[in-house]
Amino acid sequence: MHEGMLLPELDEESAPFFAYAAAGELRVQRCASCGTRRVPPRPMCHVCTSTDVEWELLSGRGRVWSFAIPHPPLLPAYAEVAPYNVVVVEAEEDPTIRFVGNLVLSADGPLDEVDPSSIRIGEAVRVVFSSPVDDGQGAVVLPRWVRDA
Amino acid sequence: MRDRTAVVGIGTTEFAKQLESSERRLALEAIAAALDDAGIAPGEVDGMSCYSMESTEEIDVARNLGFGDVTYFGKVPYGGGAGCGVVGQAAMAVAAGQCSVAVAWRSRKRGARTSRPWAGVAQRVGGDQQRWTRPYGLLRPVDEIAVLTRRYMHTYGATRDHLANVALAARRHANANPAATMGHKVMTREDYLAARWISEPLCLFDNCLETDGACAVVITSAERARDLPQPPALIHSWAQSLPAQHQTMTNFFCDDPLRGPAWACADKLWSLSEVGPADVDVAQLYDAFSPLVLLSLEGYGFCERGEGGPFTDDGGIELGGRLPVNTSGGGMSEAYLHGFNLVVEAVRQVRGSSTNQVPDAEFSLVTSGEGVPTGAILFRRDG
Repeated sequence: MHEGMLLPELDEESAPFFAYAAAGELRVQRCASCGTRRVPPRPMCHVCTSTDVEWELLSGRGRVWSFAIPHPPLLPAYAEVAPYNVVVVEAEEDPTIRFVGNLVLSADGPLDEVDPSSIRIGEAVRVVFSSPVDDGQGAVVLPRWVRDA
Repeated sequence: MRDRTAVVGIGTTEFAKQLESSERRLALEAIAAALDDAGIAPGEVDGMSCYSMESTEEIDVARNLGFGDVTYFGKVPYGGGAGCGVVGQAAMAVAAGQCSVAVAWRSRKRGARTSRPWAGVAQRVGGDQQRWTRPYGLLRPVDEIAVLTRRYMHTYGATRDHLANVALAARRHANANPAATMGHKVMTREDYLAARWISEPLCLFDNCLETDGACAVVITSAERARDLPQPPALIHSWAQSLPAQHQTMTNFFCDDPLRGPAWACADKLWSLSEVGPADVDVAQLYDAFSPLVLLSLEGYGFCERGEGGPFTDDGGIELGGRLPVNTSGGGMSEAYLHGFNLVVEAVRQVRGSSTNQVPDAEFSLVTSGEGVPTGAILFRRDG
């Protein structure tokens, strides 16, 4: 976590996800009518067109589905720590529910904290939460991932 | 509308890393060249079709070139996914009688670093494509495709040698094409493997070029086409697809992220065709990134799922191979104009005028971007 990182713009659909993250919970949006999970969160259920939602608490455990190791040219704040990893994690409860994030050693560690050559598709990870990051537009807590030994 | 419309004119500007002319001047130059090639006066044009990302405006293009009363104009979204839809929709307007002569074009200046979208991202990122990925450093299209590529390699055993086959085929084809911006540069497998990383597992040569230039085509009825100077490239069939539950580029949030828009597009395309993949003589497969070619070979049915890599072995996609692909050098070695130069090359193959001509080509396929809502056209030689 560092100066110049991009932060998500929160809207009606995404704000609850980050509010739960700030409370130390990884939750996924679910249709309150038929139970279909959806990521990213959005207004309407594609199965039953209901707009009623609930937020299901996940265990926070999952596996690395894939990852990239970006190198420059990148935005300055990211170029400084490149090469770094970006992982896509599939949730333990449902492998089609996936989250993009970073594999780190500690909740507030830099993006390049893990040796890229050590990362494997399929390895077990669990969620941790960053300290609040405030860019003057309101603090945001980001979910991050550590190895689940 | 099978075989009822045709591309009868093609025009391009010079391609270069940096051109002096504005996108407006480049568009006008390419469209004027396409109309001249077609032997059709600008005053006859009554249809216009372009990318939603196109910066040149219909009224401006029409007024400068002296078009008549335009009765059809439309745009297609999703960047590199748009090209075939831009031409197909113009052809559909001709077939439906909404216009009689349509032009389709793409003018783009991307050589300058400051013109690239990730050069000026705001601190807060919104929208489903970016909010959930950009903060973690998945910043560029290449990063998004790198994630899919690593999963693809893991799932099917594809290798960097397969990706190299795509880059090397494009370069060898470009070496015979005087218009290709990389035509003068030879690339070896060693060069490919020694190139710097951009986003592992993708290196510099897995990426398309950044190019300044413009391309245009002219579309009219097959009947009219037979009275014009150039051999018609009949639009045998065309299709678009925006598959169910698709998210553009960061399509990680579905059951099967490696099954991209090509599959639904291919289903529609072949259902509208008298022929199938085995009858295609030559293909221009959208190549913003080398792995997209492997995915497209599978999606359009040239090989089984997961067999796109081996299909490229032993010169499989080079001139004389199983299916010559990107015979102008494509986006990786001729020019990257959101895939519109691929349309022009597909027409040349049906005319018999490519610098890497496939002998006696009858069916020539061109596809738009994989990983985004897309399109495809199957051209057919007349008679």
